[in-house]
Amino acid sequence: MTAGDAILRVEHLTMRFGGLVAVDDLSFEARRREITALIGPNGAGKTTVFNCITGFYKPTEGRMTLIHGGASALPLIDDLTASGAVSVTSESGSLFLLERMEGHKISADAKVARTFQNIRLFGGMTVLENLLVAQHNELSRASFYSIAGIFGLASYRRAQEKAMELAVYWLEATNLVHRADDAAAELSYGDQRRLEIARAMCTKPLLLCLDEPAAGLNPRESAELNALLKWIRDTHNLSILLIEHDMGVVMGISDHIVVLDYGRKISDGAPAFVRNDPHVIAAYLGVDDEDVAGVEAEVQR
Amino acid sequence: MAATEAIAASDAPRSVMGEALRDAGLAGLVAFILFGSLVGLVTEPQQEKLVLTYQWEYALGLALMVAAVRFLLDVFVWRRVVPVAAALPQGLMRYKRALLTALPALYILGGVLFLIPSFREGFGALGGSAGFEGEWLSRITTGLGLVSIAISGLFVLITGMLAARLVRIFVSWTRPQAGQAQMALTPQSLTRDLMSELAPALLIIALVLPLLVAGPQQRYAMDTAVRVVTMIMLGWGLNIVVGLAGLLDLGYVAFYAVGAYSYALIATEFGWSFWVCLPLAGIFAAFFGVMLGFPVLRLRGDYLAIVTLAFGEIIRIVLINWQSFTGGPSGINNIPQLGFFGLPFNRSDTGFHAFFGLEFNSVHRIIFFYYVILALALFTNFVTKRLRRLPIGRAWEALREDEIACRSLGINTVTTKLTAFAIGAMFAGFAGSFFATRQGFISPESFTFHESALVLAVVVLGGLGSQIGVVIASIALIGSSEFFRDLEEYRLLIFGACMVLLMTWRPRGLVSTRTPSAVLNRPKPITADIVEGSRA
Repeated sequence: MTAGDAILRVEHLTMRFGGLVAVDDLSFEARRREITALIGPNGAGKTTVFNCITGFYKPTEGRMTLIHGGASALPLIDDLTASGAVSVTSESGSLFLLERMEGHKISADAKVARTFQNIRLFGGMTVLENLLVAQHNELSRASFYSIAGIFGLASYRRAQEKAMELAVYWLEATNLVHRADDAAAELSYGDQRRLEIARAMCTKPLLLCLDEPAAGLNPRESAELNALLKWIRDTHNLSILLIEHDMGVVMGISDHIVVLDYGRKISDGAPAFVRNDPHVIAAYLGVDDEDVAGVEAEVQR
Repeated sequence: MAATEAIAASDAPRSVMGEALRDAGLAGLVAFILFGSLVGLVTEPQQEKLVLTYQWEYALGLALMVAAVRFLLDVFVWRRVVPVAAALPQGLMRYKRALLTALPALYILGGVLFLIPSFREGFGALGGSAGFEGEWLSRITTGLGLVSIAISGLFVLITGMLAARLVRIFVSWTRPQAGQAQMALTPQSLTRDLMSELAPALLIIALVLPLLVAGPQQRYAMDTAVRVVTMIMLGWGLNIVVGLAGLLDLGYVAFYAVGAYSYALIATEFGWSFWVCLPLAGIFAAFFGVMLGFPVLRLRGDYLAIVTLAFGEIIRIVLINWQSFTGGPSGINNIPQLGFFGLPFNRSDTGFHAFFGLEFNSVHRIIFFYYVILALALFTNFVTKRLRRLPIGRAWEALREDEIACRSLGINTVTTKLTAFAIGAMFAGFAGSFFATRQGFISPESFTFHESALVLAVVVLGGLGSQIGVVIASIALIGSSEFFRDLEEYRLLIFGACMVLLMTWRPRGLVSTRTPSAVLNRPKPITADIVEGSRA
């Protein structure tokens, strides 16, 4: 558990909305090719953390670093922070300071993709179109910002074919290929969840952030989702950051769990450790009346 | 099983219909005999003798009206055999069949009316003729004239569809693998698939339109056609902003004005040719589009609409008040008119007619302008259709569906919005410079909010994002306001009523399905309900 293989390092992240402190001095790491779960009771600040990481909120304080290509670039982090630049690239890899980046660049450059708690698909467009929109930047470059595309140049047609191939690949992986020409809004709930993952994967991310992917799924669909996420992690060299309430999913697939409560980190470790951590049990289940004082004292400590 | 039930159920109502039709036919026949002698034959005193003129068409029209009224009374008021209300649920199938049988009859009638213009004009001229004193009767006959024009229009449309179908069959013959079985020209396939030929049919008609309207009315008809096609082009341009990108723009006419004034000022100051000024006007308009785009980047829906509305007004007020530059309220005069490869359309020896040895005819200029705006509009359509299948077009539609999801996929929503504004504005700029060269005179009065509203109405009525919908809506909107010109002040009343009815009948516009921009196996049109549902 060295710091070296981190892909995302969050340090002292604080997010305040007026007087409300949604996230309070949170530090954790998501490691490469691992599934990191972010759990906690409702209102613990999990989605706020996600929104900070993916650029929808600018954090009040803190540093979020995304590391491409291994640990050797990490020593540059303080220089980068001091220089005021957004990112730095050396032979060994790149560093991105997410809190300084514009929202759309986090996906385009830092290669962080996300899904949403309330599904956000392009409902009026077909499943296939959803996946092509996800490859916008690549296709846009291939078509010289659509100018070459107007004249139907061969280079764009090839790029389009490649994009179609990638889309079909992910449709097969998520078992949606037979629905390719249906409007996304016509899909069942479980299919929409998987389509959102497929769409995120079409951006070719290095870090995939999933906001409650198992919400509303039945047990069979949850099991399929587990298998899908493990398969993605193992075959695509991908790191996953996951918010989830379904403990079956969390305990089944996570390599590492971070527990939040009231914006603070209360536990951090492997599933077996977190499962038995008294702080976590207290946060989730509460404690007996006679134990309150003791636990509070421990939490304070 | 279900089919036999349906037939059994529809048996009784059909006999009601048959009886009513027979009854109506009889009434019509009697009316025709009566009107034939009373109205069909007219004696007029001329040069101290009576001249007999025939007006069978009036008699026929009146007889048809009697028959129609009789039929309606039979079915809905007297309800001779069984209550019609009971027959109504099954009525739809019968209605469709009746329409299909009526269509050939209408088609033949339309052909007669179209090919023998004296019939049509006979009806049309009737309203103003001295034959009848009664105002209402003259109104009715005017109405008949309009109906005959509509029917002959239908004839032209169906002929165009047939022509388009023949072209397609011919193409499928030269390329045998293109599914010949579906291309067979059978009566069933004809009625079923004819609607799919609507767009090519309209294109064919548009290309030969000057021939179709040849005659004394040609000038007026071509002028109207130029207005319709200009509206179509503006509609297609606005469709990019409103239909694809989902940005409600109430100030679209501002870009039209920018294009018109760009051409007018450059051409009068520097004397540059239209074809040089056209792209410049487009660029200026696109620049203004970006200027509008910046402040409204964060706005959506109602707020966006208000700001764009204000933008349109600002441009108009600047045009009025910046007297030294724009000529103020009196506008710009003597804008050079577009010539045919440099040959002006005038009586001079260097003009178009002298060059080709033709007799001077001012209609030729209008026909030329018609083809210019048609080419510009088709260019707009071509580019838009291409863009829809390109990354930028898909990004526009994705933006309309969900802006937050767009950002999470790395799409730069700022540039995406700005390009939508810029490209939409560019086409308005093209249309504007065409407007300036056609009119030869422009003033701020031509660019009021009314125009923006009209273009937006065309886009909304046609169905947001639908190209063919814009065409139908433009023809319906401008065509109907010309069509009902004889009704004078009532025409806006009818116009408003039609609009309300249409929006209750089809709240998502005439053509509300969306064609996917990319297809894996087979294309399925996406109905508006789904697009709507996902937006809610």
